[in-house]
Amino acid sequence: MRRRFARRFALPALAAVAVLAGLGAVAGCGDDDTLTVYSGREERLVAPLFERFEAETGIDLEVRYGDSAELAATIQEEGDNTPADVFFAQDAGSLGAVSARLAPLPEAVLERVPRRFRDPDGRWVGTSGRVRVVVYNTEKYSDDDLPDTIFGYADARFRNRLGVAPTNASFQAFVTGMRLAVGEERTRRWLRALVRNGVKRYEKNLQIVEAVASGEIDAGLVNHYYLARVKQEQPDAPVANHFLRPGDPGALVNVAGVGVIEGSDRSEAAIRLVEFLLSEGGQRFFAEEVAEYPLVAGIPLPQGLPPLATLRGPAIPLEALGGELQPTLELLSEVGLTA
Amino acid sequence: MRTAAGERGAAIGARRPRLPLLLAAPALAVVALLLAPIVYLAIRAGTGGGDAWEVLARASTARLIGRTLGLAAAVSASSVAIGVPLAWLVTRTDLPARRTWFALASLPLVIPSYVAALALIGAFSPRGLLQQVLEGPFGVERLPEIYGFPGALLAVTLSTVPYVFLLAAAAFRRVDPALEEAARGLGRSRLSTFATVTFPLVRPSVAAGALIAALYAISDFGAVSLMRYDTLTRAIFTQYRSLLEREPAAVLGLLLVAITSAILAVEAWARGRGRIHRTTPGAGRRAAPVPLGRWRWPALAAVAAVVAVLAAVPVAVLGYWLGRGLARGEDLALPVGPAVSSVLVALAAAALALAAALPVAILAQRHRSPWTRSLERASYVSNALPGIVVALALVFFTARYLPVVYQTIPLLLVAYLIRYFPQALAGADGALRSVDPRLEEAARGLGRGSLGVLWSVTLPLMRAGLVSGGTLVVLSVLRELPATLVLRPIGFETLATEVWRETSVGAYSAAAVPALALMLVALPVLYVASRLQAAGEGPAPGS
Repeated sequence: MRRRFARRFALPALAAVAVLAGLGAVAGCGDDDTLTVYSGREERLVAPLFERFEAETGIDLEVRYGDSAELAATIQEEGDNTPADVFFAQDAGSLGAVSARLAPLPEAVLERVPRRFRDPDGRWVGTSGRVRVVVYNTEKYSDDDLPDTIFGYADARFRNRLGVAPTNASFQAFVTGMRLAVGEERTRRWLRALVRNGVKRYEKNLQIVEAVASGEIDAGLVNHYYLARVKQEQPDAPVANHFLRPGDPGALVNVAGVGVIEGSDRSEAAIRLVEFLLSEGGQRFFAEEVAEYPLVAGIPLPQGLPPLATLRGPAIPLEALGGELQPTLELLSEVGLTA
Repeated sequence: MRTAAGERGAAIGARRPRLPLLLAAPALAVVALLLAPIVYLAIRAGTGGGDAWEVLARASTARLIGRTLGLAAAVSASSVAIGVPLAWLVTRTDLPARRTWFALASLPLVIPSYVAALALIGAFSPRGLLQQVLEGPFGVERLPEIYGFPGALLAVTLSTVPYVFLLAAAAFRRVDPALEEAARGLGRSRLSTFATVTFPLVRPSVAAGALIAALYAISDFGAVSLMRYDTLTRAIFTQYRSLLEREPAAVLGLLLVAITSAILAVEAWARGRGRIHRTTPGAGRRAAPVPLGRWRWPALAAVAAVVAVLAAVPVAVLGYWLGRGLARGEDLALPVGPAVSSVLVALAAAALALAAALPVAILAQRHRSPWTRSLERASYVSNALPGIVVALALVFFTARYLPVVYQTIPLLLVAYLIRYFPQALAGADGALRSVDPRLEEAARGLGRGSLGVLWSVTLPLMRAGLVSGGTLVVLSVLRELPATLVLRPIGFETLATEVWRETSVGAYSAAAVPALALMLVALPVLYVASRLQAAGEGPAPGS
C-alpha cells in the first residue's frame, strides 16, 4: 500500500515539478538584449507586426499579452522594477493611467501624428484610430433608414432593439466626450431615454456586434473595427456599420497607442519600435490587417471607411477624457446603466 | 504498550498529543501566505485616503452585496441539489456506466466560466442555436432572455457542481458499509438509513463543497459579466478596467473579504452543531451497490439529462464552432505544447496545494482548539477574491521585494495555491475525518515517529480524499486565466491562455480547439483519479 501510494502519486508529482522547472527555465530565459513589450492589443492582431519588426531590425521582442487596463494596473504595482520597456495599449485611457511612468518621446516621433491623437506632454502617441459607429442588422435596416446623430437612437423605434456596453472603456470615453460637448443635462436626458427605451447592456463591443449579427438586437453603439472581426468568423453575417455625421458627439475618434517606460535601459530600441509602428509599413498594417485608421498622413484608408478628417467627433482633446471619467461613471450609475 | 512506547507513553496517555511545532510552524506559514492578498488590499485601501472609502456609502454598493450573496446562495444550493444525488448514484448504486458518468459530470470543472457563458449564450440566447433548431418546425422566432440572474446562475452552477460532486463522491466511497448494514439490520428503511446514517457521514464534505461553490460564485468574473449580472467582483473588475484609482477597487475587495468572513463564521457555526462521526476504514471494504430496481432507468435518464446540460451543451456549442471553422477551411492546429504545460503546472500546483493543506488539516482535526479552527477558516478567505486581486497582490510583493521570482513558474504555482487551497484542504480534511486516530496512536505506540506514522499510516488511509482534493485543484488550475495572464513567464502558454487569445478577438472556431483540448487532457486525470479512489476503498465485496 505504502509503496503503491508513493509510486502512483508522489513520484509523478515530483517528476512534474522537475519538468516544469525545466520548462520555466526555457520560457523565462529572457536575456538582457530583448525588448519587453506589454501589449494590451490582441496577439491575434499584432503578433505579425512584431515579427516584422524583429526581422527588420534584428531586435528581439518578448511580448506579454493581456487586457490593457489590467496591464496598466500591473505596471503601476510593479513600481520601479517593471520588466516592461514598452506599453502598447488598446485605448488612450490605459496610457493616461500610467503616463507618470512613461518617458517623454522625441519630438520627431510625435510630429508624425496629428496633435489631437497624442499626449500633450509627449509621453505617449496614438498608433491607430477607431471611430464610434452604429452597427446594424442589414435585414432590418438600410443605411439610409438610420439617424445621422446619436440623439436619434433614443427614439421609440429602437425600443428593446439597441445594445450598448456601459462598463466598456470605449463607451465611457464616448459619454465623457458627449458630456463635454453638449453638457451634463442633455447627456443625462439622452441616457435616461435610452434606459426608458429598454436598451440592452452587453459586456463588450464584440458581443454587441455578435448580437446584432444573430438578430438578437437590431443595432448597437460600438467601435467600427469589430465588424471586421465578426465578418471574419461569420462571413455571411448581415451586419454593417453606419457612420454618424461629422462633429456629432456619437462619432468620437479614439486611439490605440504606445509609450516607453521611464528608466528603461533599452530606451533606444524601445523608440525604434515606436518609430516602426508609425512607419509607413506599420501604419499600412493597421489599415489593411486590422481595418483601423492610420494616423500618419498619406497612408491609404481601409476599404469603405470615410476619411478621418470628416469624422472629427466632438471637439474634445483625448487627454481630457481620462480626467473627466469619474463624473461619467457616476452619471452611468445614476441613470441605472451600471451598478 | 506503554513500555513499548517508552517515553512517548505519556503523550499517548493524554488524549490529545501536544501541539507540535513541526506542524504548527508550516501551517502558520501557509495561512500567512494565503492571506497576502488581504494585506495588499489593506495597503492599497490605506494609501487611498478618505475618498476611496466613500464607495462603501453608495446605495449601489448595498445592492451589489445583496446580488452577490443572492447568487452565492443560489449557486451553492443548486450545486448541492444536483451534485449530491449525482454523487450517490454514481458511487453507491448499480447505475450503468458509472465510471463514464463520473468523468462526464466532473468535466465542466475545466471549462473556463467565460467559455461556459459564451457557450450557453450561443445555445440559449434569444437567437441562439436552440432557437434556430426550433424555428423551422415550430416557428419560434425568439427565446426569452437568458441574461441576468438566471443566466449567471446557470453558467456559474455549471462550473461549481463538480466541486460538490467530486467531494461528495469521495465521501460516499469512504462510508463504512458496516454502519449502514447495522442500521438496516435494526429494521431501518433504506431512506431512513440514508437520512440518519449515510448523509451525516458525508455532510462535512458536502458542506465544504457547498462553501467552495459559494466562494467561487463570489469570485467569478467571466460568467457574471457576460451574463450581465452585477456582483461585487464585477464591480471590482470594472473599477480596474475604468482605470480609476486602484484604491476604491481595494476597498471593495476588503468588503468582499468581510462578507466572506461572515459566511465562513455562519458556516462554521452551522457545522459545529453536528457531531463528527468517525468510522474505521482501516479494514475497509466496498459497500455492495444499492440495487435501483425499477428506478434504474429513470435514474439513468435523470443523470443523463443533468450531464447533458452540464457537459454536453458546452461541448456541442464548441463542436459547432469547430465545425464552422473547418467548413471555412481554417487552419486549426492542435496545441500540444500548451496542453503539456497546462497539465504539468496543474499537477505541480495540486502537489503543492496538498502538501500545504496537510499540516493545516492535521492541526484542525487532531489538535482541535479555537485557535486551530480559526486557522483553518482563515485559509478559505482568499478563495472568494477575484483572480486579478490575487495576481496584483503577488505583483506588488514580488516585483518590489523579491524580483527574482517575479513572473516565474514557482510564483505562478503560489498564485494557484492561494486561489485553490481550500479545495485541497477540503479533500484532506474529509479524508482525515475518516481515519481513526487510534490507528495512528497504535502505530506511534509501536515506536514509529510522527512523520513515519503520517507516511505509512495516515496518508495511505487518506488517499481517496487526497485524490479528490488534488483532482479539484488540477481541474481548477487547468482553466485558470486572470492570474496566469499576469504572472506567467513571457512565452509560457497554457490551454486557457490559448482559448482567451482567440475568444478575445471573437475567433470562436479557433478557440474551440484548445477548449476541447482542455476537456481531453482532463479525461485521463479523471480516469486515474477514479482508479486511485476506487483502489483506496479496499477489495470489492466478494473478491
